[in-house]
Amino acid sequence: MLRRTLLATAALALAAGGALAQDDPVKAGFIYVGPIGDGGWTYEHDQARLALEEHFGDQVETVYQESVPEGADAVRAITQMALSGADIIFTTSFGYMDPTMEVAAKFPDVKFEHATGYKRSDNVGTYSARFYEGRAVQGLIAGRMTETNKVGYIASFPIPEVIRGINSAYIHAKKENPDVEFSVVWAYTWFDPAKEADAARALIENGADVILQHTDSTAPQAAAQEAGNVITFGQASDMAEYAPSPRVSSIIDNWAPYYIDRVQAVIDGTWESDDTWDGIGPGMVGIGEISSAVPEDVKADALALKDSIASGEYHPFTGPLNRQDGSVWLEEGEVADDETLLGMDFYVEGLTGEIPN
Amino acid sequence: MIVLEKRRQPSRHWMLAAPVLAVLLTMVVGGAMFAALGVAPLEAIRTIFWDPLFDPQFAAYSRPQLLVKAGPLILIAIGLSLGFRAGIWNIGAEGQYIMGAICGAAAGLAVYPSASVLVFPLMVVAGALGGWAWAMIPAFFKTRFGTNEILVSLMLVYVAESILASVSSGLLRNPEGRGFPGSRNLSQWDAAANRELIAGTGLHWGVVAAFIAVILAYILLTRHIQGFNIRLSGEAPRAARFAGVNPARVVIFCLGTAGALAGLAGLFEVAGPAGQISIDFNSGYGFTAIIVAFLGRLHPVGILLAGLLMALTYIGGELAQLMLGLPGASIQLFQGMLLFFLLGVDVLTNYRLRLGRGEKA
Repeated sequence: MLRRTLLATAALALAAGGALAQDDPVKAGFIYVGPIGDGGWTYEHDQARLALEEHFGDQVETVYQESVPEGADAVRAITQMALSGADIIFTTSFGYMDPTMEVAAKFPDVKFEHATGYKRSDNVGTYSARFYEGRAVQGLIAGRMTETNKVGYIASFPIPEVIRGINSAYIHAKKENPDVEFSVVWAYTWFDPAKEADAARALIENGADVILQHTDSTAPQAAAQEAGNVITFGQASDMAEYAPSPRVSSIIDNWAPYYIDRVQAVIDGTWESDDTWDGIGPGMVGIGEISSAVPEDVKADALALKDSIASGEYHPFTGPLNRQDGSVWLEEGEVADDETLLGMDFYVEGLTGEIPN
Repeated sequence: MIVLEKRRQPSRHWMLAAPVLAVLLTMVVGGAMFAALGVAPLEAIRTIFWDPLFDPQFAAYSRPQLLVKAGPLILIAIGLSLGFRAGIWNIGAEGQYIMGAICGAAAGLAVYPSASVLVFPLMVVAGALGGWAWAMIPAFFKTRFGTNEILVSLMLVYVAESILASVSSGLLRNPEGRGFPGSRNLSQWDAAANRELIAGTGLHWGVVAAFIAVILAYILLTRHIQGFNIRLSGEAPRAARFAGVNPARVVIFCLGTAGALAGLAGLFEVAGPAGQISIDFNSGYGFTAIIVAFLGRLHPVGILLAGLLMALTYIGGELAQLMLGLPGASIQLFQGMLLFFLLGVDVLTNYRLRLGRGEKA
């Protein structure tokens, strides 16, 4: 008891309290960038949190905080979570990178897992998913299904992850349909239904009959449904409520196996900082059911592409590929290395427009 | 039947009692909402208002955070209150806050990696100028063409947000950031960092500036002719004109001061707690400060207290989410109630309630 009181006087030291009580359940914390009901990115992270509780039962306790702004408020939210005795904290958005590093330095006994970032330390690991693998499958379907040859793409922020997705989708659409054109709209948001709907409507008005999105709400799906004759893909979450049309397939993030694995490592005392980047193969990226609105032959080809990516037989970025300016990026048969992909800041040849910078 | 009867003069008692009553009503109705969400209402209220200050587990960290959060709110609200008193409705403090941060950070980054002691003062001046210049746009259009400053200043927030997105991924992007948007981290660069002045207190230059602004605003409003002009313009515009007050000058002074203070708040935030210019840098301080200004009765001391109270609901609200699992939206609703009840109760400042039949006017 005395020990507890002493510790309580120094709140910062209390973070170590979690390590003292080994019999207590492991406490896993989650910092979310959107509301858990966004139906996309944050929703899937929260589903994985629930799966974690389901899997471990009494061994694990979870806490979360939603709609945490990136920046100064994130530092406070993460610190308070660490102070509340969390043993491992998952910060689930790119913008939490510096805040996570800052707080982690003050709590050496707490483990941190930052999604989609690139800074690591002894107690900060990173994880992300190879969404571009799913984009390849979407690109194939988009290229085959478009009648106007115009594909609209609602992009969020000009960061490598988003640029990779655009390139991957374009490469595979172009392979199927040499006349295809992409128009990219930068929404500068991960989640803003009104903005996303506006972007979708503008693209549709300009003749796009396929809409791809790298934003998290279902607003573009609703806009497509309203317009008719436009197909879309679920993003981050299945968005099955819009199937079979406009939503014809989706990329689903499945974080549950990863979260279970990392929490198990904390329980076993084997947790170490590392960098995980998994794709369709290990199941971190799922392809939602391809609906009946897609012709059988397209569906079969899409699934074949998915399988060849999953098995590692095919890499979505395989040469010959040129950069937008015509310079050679990958020679015939050459495969992109992860370092280039992680820092990707250029379009491939054929894409029009500029990446804002 | 209940009738509202206009008071000859606003009631002084109600002016002071209204914020207190509004807080109490918010606690009661908010408590009912928390109960409906399945959380013990008293525990939720205690977590929001008490735990950030006195809980042994969190207080050592969250008490200083109160100043960090309240500093920019107070600084911006003081500037806004001058305009509001004169009937000049600057709704665009968020934009002025963003532009102050961008200009201040840009001035600093232009001389990176200088270690000169002049870097930070340079940034402070540039930040204030940036906010001031942004506020001068609605001031110019209002004094020249009679445009509505509410619309112009508000629309300029969205322009500022677009500029923020553009410079984060372009002009001010960290060249060592692997192509990701966001500037260099200013708080990790000694010459530019807005540090905690006394360790463990949360006190940084922005908080100091907020305190100074409170004192200066108090002196201005009670002792200085310009303060008198401002009050007169708001309370009796015709009388002000007869007294020789130049309305254009009041507009320019009020908007300019509000812009400069909001710009300063942005600069102190970007060089300190936030650390860098990024696409999501702004988090609504400019709008929340409007609530703070009214909650504080447009009075400098009132604003100081209201800023601290608002910061408390933010930090306490976060704790309530964390410890009690309350949804984030319920906390926003709780804060919204505060303004709603304040405006509601405020009716009693200017009107009195009477039971019985209304008299014909």
